[in-house]
Amino acid sequence: MEKRSVDSRVRGVSTGTTILAATFDGGVVIGSDSRASIGGEYVSSKTINKVVQVHDQIFCCMAGSLADAQAVTKAAKFHLSFHSVQMETPPLVIAAASVLQELCYNNKEELQAGFITAGWDRKKGPQVYVVPLGGMLVGQPVTIGGSGSTYIYGYVDAKYKPNMSREECLQFATNALALAMGRDNVSGGVAHLVVITETGVEHVVVPGNKLPKFHNE
Amino acid sequence: MEQTRVPPPGKRLKRVVSPVSLYPSKPLCLSDRLSLRAYIANRVTDKLTPIHDRIFCCRSGSAADTQAIADVVTYQLGFHSIELDEPPLVETAANLFRASCYRYREELTAGILVAGWDRRKGGQVYCVPIGGMLVRQPVSVGGSGSSYIYGFMDSNYKPNMTKDQCLELTAAAVSLAMERDGSSGGVVRLASISKDGVERRVILGNQLPKYSTH
Repeated sequence: MEKRSVDSRVRGVSTGTTILAATFDGGVVIGSDSRASIGGEYVSSKTINKVVQVHDQIFCCMAGSLADAQAVTKAAKFHLSFHSVQMETPPLVIAAASVLQELCYNNKEELQAGFITAGWDRKKGPQVYVVPLGGMLVGQPVTIGGSGSTYIYGYVDAKYKPNMSREECLQFATNALALAMGRDNVSGGVAHLVVITETGVEHVVVPGNKLPKFHNE
Repeated sequence: MEQTRVPPPGKRLKRVVSPVSLYPSKPLCLSDRLSLRAYIANRVTDKLTPIHDRIFCCRSGSAADTQAIADVVTYQLGFHSIELDEPPLVETAANLFRASCYRYREELTAGILVAGWDRRKGGQVYCVPIGGMLVRQPVSVGGSGSSYIYGFMDSNYKPNMTKDQCLELTAAAVSLAMERDGSSGGVVRLASISKDGVERRVILGNQLPKYSTH
C-alpha cells in the first residue's frame, strides 16, 4: 500500500474522522465517531467527543486538526454567547455557522479544520450548515464530512429522504457512521449522536459493540 | 484506489466497477468514461473485457496498461484452455492477471476485477488491485469512484441474492458513484455470467436511477 496517496496532511493529533448531520421532520441529528489519531498510525484517543455544544440548541462537529478545531470552537462559543447577550435572543443557527465561517476564512492559511453546524432556531426550524476547509458556508438538508465520509456518499445519497421521522433519521445516522467507521482506519470508537428539536437536546451514545453489523463482519 | 504517481501521458481510465458474486450467476457492472484529466476521450468505453467464454474482467487505471494486460492474459488463457481441452478456471485467469500485474508493478497502473463462472466453484470474483495482490471476495468494487460506494455496498449486499436483485444493486451502486465521481460517467454496462452463458446489457444515462435530493 506504499503507493496509496495520503489524504490528510495534518501533523500532530488529527480527527481523521466521520461527521454527519441530517434534518428530519421537526429536528436535526448531528453525529460523529470518537477516534483521534496521530498521522493515522497511533490512536491517541478512543473516546473523544467531536460534537461540541456552541449554544443551547446549536451543536458543531469538528474535523481536521484537533488543535485547530478546538481553538476555533472555543472562539466561536465566546463570540456566539456575546452575540446572543447583545441581541437578547437565542442566536440563529446560521449565525453560529457564520461565526465559524469568518474564523475559518480569515485564517485559512494557518487552519486545517472543517465543521458541520446543526441546530434548531425559531426562525427557520432545524437546519444544517457545513463550513469546509477554505471557509465556504453552505446550507444543506444532509451533509457528511471528514475522511470517512468518502465511503458513505453512495449510502447517504441512496438512503436519505427529507422529512423522515426521528427514529428513522437516528437509525440512518447510526448506520452511516457504522459503515464509515468500518472502512476508514482513522474513524472508529463509539458513535456520538445528538438529536436537537424545538423541545430540547438529547445525547445518544452507541458503543462500538452495539453498532449495526453488516454482511462482511 | 488512489495513487501518488503522476499519470503517464495517455489515457487514464477511471471508473467504478462492482462485480458481485452470486450463485449461480454474476453481474459485472461498469460505468463508462475514459478521461484525459479534463478531457473525456471516450464517453462510451467498454471496460468489461471478455477474457474467455465465461470469464470477464473490469479494468480500471491506465487504459493502455489494462488493455495490454488483458490482451496478454486472453492469449495465455486461451492457450492454456486448449492444452487442457476444457474451459479454464476463473482462479487461473485471476492468477494470470496477478502474475503480470505483480511482475511489472513498477511500470503499471492497473486495478482489475476478474469475474466469471466455472464448473468447479460456480460464480467467483477476484480482485487484483494496483500492486498485484490477489484476493477472492463475494463482492468487490474498484476504480476512482469506488470509495463513494463502499458504505452503500456494505449495507446493501446480502449473500445469495437472486440475479435480478444483484443486477439492480450493481446498477444502483454504479449510478451513485457516477453521480459523485468526476471521472466516472456515461452509461452503465452490466454483464451477467452463469452456467448458461453471458448476458450483457447497457443502461443509458437518462434511464439511470436518480438519487439526488439536495
